[in-house]
Amino acid sequence: MMTRVQMVDQIFVIAKHSLLAHVPAMWQPLCSAVLSVVPVMIVFPLLFAITTILERKGLARQQNRFGPNRVGPCGILQPIADGVKSLTKEDIVPRSADQMVHLLAPLLLVTAAFLGYAVLPIGRNMVITDMNGGVLFFFAISSLVELAVFMAGWSSRSKYSLFGAMRAIAQMISYEVPLVLAAIVVIMAAGTLSTVSIVNLQASYTGIFPHWFVFTPWGFTGFALFMIAATAESNRSPFDLPEGESEIIAGYYIEYSGFKFALFFLGEYLGMMATSAMAITLFLGGWSAPFSFLTWIPSYVWFFAKLVALICGFIWIRGTLPRLRMDQLMNFSWKFILPMTLLNIIAAGVWRFMPGGPLRWLVCSALIAGPFIVLGRATSWQGKGVAVRKYRYAE
Amino acid sequence: MTITFLILAAVTIAGMAAAMGLRNLIHCVLALTLGFVGLAALYLQLNAQFVGFTQILVYIGGVAILAVFAIMTTQSAEPVAHPGSAAYWITGSAVAAGVFAVLAWAICGSGTHARALPAQIDVPAQQIGFALMRSYVLPLEIMGLLLTVALIGAVVVATPVRKGEL
Repeated sequence: MMTRVQMVDQIFVIAKHSLLAHVPAMWQPLCSAVLSVVPVMIVFPLLFAITTILERKGLARQQNRFGPNRVGPCGILQPIADGVKSLTKEDIVPRSADQMVHLLAPLLLVTAAFLGYAVLPIGRNMVITDMNGGVLFFFAISSLVELAVFMAGWSSRSKYSLFGAMRAIAQMISYEVPLVLAAIVVIMAAGTLSTVSIVNLQASYTGIFPHWFVFTPWGFTGFALFMIAATAESNRSPFDLPEGESEIIAGYYIEYSGFKFALFFLGEYLGMMATSAMAITLFLGGWSAPFSFLTWIPSYVWFFAKLVALICGFIWIRGTLPRLRMDQLMNFSWKFILPMTLLNIIAAGVWRFMPGGPLRWLVCSALIAGPFIVLGRATSWQGKGVAVRKYRYAE
Repeated sequence: MTITFLILAAVTIAGMAAAMGLRNLIHCVLALTLGFVGLAALYLQLNAQFVGFTQILVYIGGVAILAVFAIMTTQSAEPVAHPGSAAYWITGSAVAAGVFAVLAWAICGSGTHARALPAQIDVPAQQIGFALMRSYVLPLEIMGLLLTVALIGAVVVATPVRKGEL
C-alpha cells in the first residue's frame, strides 16, 4: 500500500491510470499517449509565458528600470496581452519570399522543440517514452532546429535574415559538438542511453547527500561545459549573434510577423528549456531531491524548481555579459571548449577505473584543472602584445 | 508489409525523387532531408533505434546542413536555366542502373532475404557499443583515422597561403 507521500508524488500517474481504466482496451494505447503528451504541451508553453515575464522583469531590474508594469498587478498578465497581440496581428509574408518554405520553417522549429520533451523525465514514473536511446534521440531531434533556422533565413529573401541564418548555423554546428561530448561523460558513467535509468542512478543517497553526477570533478566540468554549449545552442546572450539586434536586427526571423513570429519565440524558449531539462537529467539528478530528508516533496516539484533555477541563471547571464564577436565565438568553441570536453572524457575514464577515495578526487581534479589553466592562458589575448585595433578606412 | 511501411516507403521515395527533380538547389536539399527522415523512420520501424537516431543526427544534423552551407557559400541557389542534355540523362541512368544491379545482386546472393527474421529484434545500444569496441575495433579505428586525415586535409586546403611561404 502506498503512503501518503507516495500518493502525492504519484498523483498524476494514478490519475492517468484511473482515467485509462474507463476507456475500452482497443483505444487504451492511443488514450495513454494523448494523456501523456497533452499535459506536456500545456505545461511547457505556460512555463514559457511565465519565463517571458520573468525575463522582462528580471532584465529590467538589472538595468535599473521597471519593466512591464501596466497589465494586471505588477504587470504579471503581460504574456496574455502579448499573446492576444501576436494572434491578432497581420501576418505579412514578403512578396519575394519562398512561400512554402517560409510557412514550414516556424512549424518545423516548434515541432522539433516539442519532440525533445518525449524523453525528459519530469517526475518519478513521469516520462512520455522511456527509450533505449533516449539521450541520442534528444540530440538527434535538436539538430532539426538548425534546419528550421536555415529554412527561415533563406526563404525570407532578405540579407539580414540570410546573415542571421548563416551565423546561427555556424554557431550551432560549432557548439553541438561540445554539447554532445560534454554529455558523453554521463553516458560513460551510467552505461546507458536511457534518460530514465540515468536519473534513477542518481536518485540514491550517501548519508544525506545525493549521487548526482555534478558532485564529481568530471561531472562538474561537464555540467559547466554543457551549460555554456547550451547557451550557444539556444542563441542566447552572450552568444546571441544570430539575432544581434544592433547588427542584423533580428536575424533569421526578421521577415516574420504576427503568430509566426510568436512561434519562433516559443520554439526558442522551448529549446532552451529542453536543453536545461536535459542538463538537469544528466547532471543534476533529474527529479531527485537534493537531500535525503527532503524526499517528501514531490519529484515533479523538484524538477520544475531546478528548471526555473536554471532559467533564472540564463536570464542573469543575459543581463550581465556583453555579446561576443564571431571570431571570439569560434575560437572559444574550437580552441577551448572542445579540448576541455575531450580532457573531461579522459578524466571520467580515469575516475571509472581508479579505486574510490581522496586520491581519485585529486588525480581527476588535477587532470581537468591543469589543462584548464594552461588552455586558458594559451587562448587568452593577454600578454600577446595585442594593441588597440586600427581601422584602415576610418581614419 | 504493413501499412506503416508503405507510407514511410512512399515518403522516402517521394523525397528522394523530388530531390532529383526539383529546379531550386535548396529545395532539392530540403526534399533530400525528407527522404532521410523517411529512411530514419524505416529504421525505427524495424526496431533499430540506434541506427535510426544516428541517421537523423548524422544525415540531417550533419550532411544536409553541410550541403546547404556549401551551396550558400559557393554559388547562387537560383534555378539553373539549362535542364541538362540527353547525354547527361543517359549516362546518369546507366550509372544508377549499374549500381542498383550490383547492390541487388549482392543482396540476393547473400541469402539474407531467405533467413527468417526473429519476431522481436531489440538491440540495446550497449550491445552495439560492445560489438564496436571489441570485435570491430579495428575498422572503427581505421574510420577514425580516415576522418582525421580528411579533417587535417580540409584545414590545410582552407589555410590561406601567405607570400613567401611556398
